[in-house]
Amino acid sequence: MFRCFSLPRLRAWAGPRASAQGFARTWAWACAWAFVLALASLLLALTSGPAHALPAELAARIAAGDSDSRLAALAEAVQRRDASLQPFLKALLADEVKLAGGRAYLVQGDTVRDASSGAAVAALPEGAEDVVNNNRMRREFEAALAAMKLFSADRRERAAAIVELKDGTDEAKLPLIEAAEAQEKDPELRTQIALLKAGVLVSASDRGKRLAAAALLTGSPQPATRALLLERLAPGAETDPEVRAALQAALATVEQRLAWGDRAGVLFSGISLGSILLLVALGLAITYGLMGVINMAHGELMMIGAYATYVVQNLFRTHWPGAFDAYLVAAIPVSFLAAALVGAAMERSVIRWLYGRPLETLLATWGISLILMQSVRSLFGAQNVAVENPSWLSGGLAVLPNLTLPYNRLAILVFAALVLAGMALLIARTRLGLFVRGVTQNRQMAACVGVPTARVDTLAFALGSGIAGLAGCALSQVGNVGPDLGQGYIVDAFMVVVLGGVGQLAGTVYAALGLGVIGKLLEGWQGAVLAKIIVLVMIVAFIQKRPQGLFALKGRNVEA
Amino acid sequence: MKRRDLIATLPAAAAATSLGGLTSLSAWAQQGPIKVGVLHSLSGTMAISETVLKDTVLMAIDEVNAKGGVLGRKLEAVVVDPASNWPLFAEKAKQLISQDKVAAVFGCWTSVSRKSVLPVFEQSNALLFYPVQYEGEELSANVFYTGAAPNQQAIPAVEYLMSKDGGSAKRWVLLGTDYVYPRTTNKILRAFLKAKGVADADIMEEYTPFGHSDYQTIIAKIKRFAGEGKKTAVVSTINGDSNVPFYKELGNQGLKATDVPVVAFSVGEEELRGVDTKPLVGHLAAWNYFMSIKNPANDEFIKKWSAYAKAKGVAGHKDRPLTNDPMEATYIGFNMWVQAVAKAKSTDVDKVRTAMYGQTFKAPSGITSTMDPKNHHLHKSVFIGEIKADGQFNVVWKTPGPVVADPWSDYIAENKGKKNEPVMAAKK
Repeated sequence: MFRCFSLPRLRAWAGPRASAQGFARTWAWACAWAFVLALASLLLALTSGPAHALPAELAARIAAGDSDSRLAALAEAVQRRDASLQPFLKALLADEVKLAGGRAYLVQGDTVRDASSGAAVAALPEGAEDVVNNNRMRREFEAALAAMKLFSADRRERAAAIVELKDGTDEAKLPLIEAAEAQEKDPELRTQIALLKAGVLVSASDRGKRLAAAALLTGSPQPATRALLLERLAPGAETDPEVRAALQAALATVEQRLAWGDRAGVLFSGISLGSILLLVALGLAITYGLMGVINMAHGELMMIGAYATYVVQNLFRTHWPGAFDAYLVAAIPVSFLAAALVGAAMERSVIRWLYGRPLETLLATWGISLILMQSVRSLFGAQNVAVENPSWLSGGLAVLPNLTLPYNRLAILVFAALVLAGMALLIARTRLGLFVRGVTQNRQMAACVGVPTARVDTLAFALGSGIAGLAGCALSQVGNVGPDLGQGYIVDAFMVVVLGGVGQLAGTVYAALGLGVIGKLLEGWQGAVLAKIIVLVMIVAFIQKRPQGLFALKGRNVEA
Repeated sequence: MKRRDLIATLPAAAAATSLGGLTSLSAWAQQGPIKVGVLHSLSGTMAISETVLKDTVLMAIDEVNAKGGVLGRKLEAVVVDPASNWPLFAEKAKQLISQDKVAAVFGCWTSVSRKSVLPVFEQSNALLFYPVQYEGEELSANVFYTGAAPNQQAIPAVEYLMSKDGGSAKRWVLLGTDYVYPRTTNKILRAFLKAKGVADADIMEEYTPFGHSDYQTIIAKIKRFAGEGKKTAVVSTINGDSNVPFYKELGNQGLKATDVPVVAFSVGEEELRGVDTKPLVGHLAAWNYFMSIKNPANDEFIKKWSAYAKAKGVAGHKDRPLTNDPMEATYIGFNMWVQAVAKAKSTDVDKVRTAMYGQTFKAPSGITSTMDPKNHHLHKSVFIGEIKADGQFNVVWKTPGPVVADPWSDYIAENKGKKNEPVMAAKK
């Protein structure tokens, strides 16, 4: 186990002291012995378990000074594996360490504890200073914590530590990793630790070790491995042709594995954009698609939904801060109702006088959209308002090592599916849906058989508006909420409905998902600016060829 | 006698025209308050950043008025809203200068808005105080640039990321909003990186439109690029409210600062309000001021701002007051203008301009800020900060002293031999 280290490696491990050229050889031997002793004591510590406290002087050296000397102190402390090192590192990562008079203190709220003994201290000494850690320090702290967790009794903690160490390994940690490998009983974790080791050994000086490491790395699912292999394959890094070939082979396999994650990622982002487009267009599919009202204020109805979410969020924050995470659940019906009410008022006061006059409707609704925007500006101010994600929507689900699906986007996907299902049921299975279909297909006939057409119009318009409100609620979770929120989506909404075929729910769904996926594919290829242009050109060309959209309503009307 | 001094200091052609303006100006300038124009977007995509600058000017005006004004006259603000609409900036600027007859204008954030108003200010020989870091490549006698030039922000930030403490980055993603500032800055940075031996294949440049809100693809691209080689760093020149979805997505996709650090040039304390900063800890910003800097001048500045925001009910700030770099730059610029007016004993543009040269002010960043005697820029210290869990910044690096601005960056070949002085004769 010890002979695998060449002299230069030992020198590198032993730190800056060994770099003095003249003494290199002597130092190397001295360090080698020191190293053997350190490892021996480490193994001793592993078997007997850590007991002693972190010396105060060492804690202070980790907390202050220039990065290089702090890291040297950290390496020293990690080898000692003192019981108080772990909480100390955690506190350092959480910015909870202060330094006063050459001693480090952990400050958590009102309690102050000594870093080395862990004993409570009555008060922080005068002139205590914050300890500032940069990314480099933080990376090392995290890696050190993870390396120590490799010896944890809890299997899950060990597994998490391996994941964390995936790109935090270096030669200095090799002895720890090897010790952990020797100790690990679980075969699955053992292979994973072996991968970690291979990541370090792939640049070892021994050719056989490099070869073995390259072969082992073939099985790695981590994107970090690709970076590592590419680095080794760079000109001048690896000279042995046989090892190079092994590295090439490993790289090909790893890249193939990663490519699936990349493809799935593009597909997911496309579907996610599609689900947003679908939500945005669903309401319009009713008001424009079924009822034939060119509603330019559709975007503003979404904006009202988003502001309703904001208001609910603020109510929860002031009145029920404990239940803040649940605000979104309450915001869904509120945003629906708020937008539906505004929609109903619009229909009753303006739109119902304009049925069958598309040009006037267009102008009137555009005017209404300006009025709505200005009213929101006057009420809430022209600036964007902050809508926070509840904590359960922050973060993401790591499906593959290179594919993370953000929770907020997953939630919108599910939400869009639910709204779609609800609306399809409502239109196809309920009495109101039947009336809506009847009135939109033949108003006079419907009126003759006793359908209250005026009321059905109002209800249908309110329903379409309410769904716009729901879209606004969903948008507040991914984008900015401001008075012009709707402006950015109105074009997309009309695009989806027209492309899908006016009056067709299924067409709307296909158009939304299709536009989303195509848009994202193009964005990956050409960038966001050009992708938008290409999508618009494609739609213009398509509508030229096929004005009725993807799915035309089959009927006996003259236009169809 | 005075007029002769003026002629001596300025090229003859310029002086001849400005004297014409002087007589007409002095006719109205004797009584009543001195008007000051505020030209910041209060709506639209840039409102997230600019609104607070308007309030900063108003606070500074209140402060001067409480001390009795300047030249025995009170100051009065004329606030207009150019609504993140670049041509509207020029219209509003014209209105401020010719209709409201303001003595100076404080405004603009994006470079495209500054480019839009520049001809207006040059034609009517008015003064603009521009408080935001920008790309350089411009030097007008009618503008005082109180934000950073590239060598006072962008280049030190990239140098830091190249250093051992910054993570020894070898590969670079240059990410920006699609307009003049990010494009020019990235041009300079690309030239700089090349000079440092970075190959073209190790630089990825990406742009998004203003108000872009879907950063899934971009983040996925960055992840892939970072997985293709050595240590990668992202330089973000994203402007306006796009930053909120960008940082949200960054956090949600789990791209940590210890893996791929993102350094931003247009994101400060204010832009991060309303973003959950816990997943963003360690990402960086380069500025010439941070709220977390500790010194008496800054303590006083924060105290003043908090009191003002509370008294006036400034949205957001009344509950959680924040200060940031462009606010500091606005504050410094405004106070220097007041000092220059007092020194020149006039609000006349040419006299004030001459008086501005060499002005000093105790800046909240902890240095004594000096207006360069020639190049219309401030000497500034550069700080690199890392985002903390509470939305503030930890200063992890700073320049030993103030840096002199270099608006015509030497890294762009066409700039060879250009002097960092405005060309006075260019005025009409």
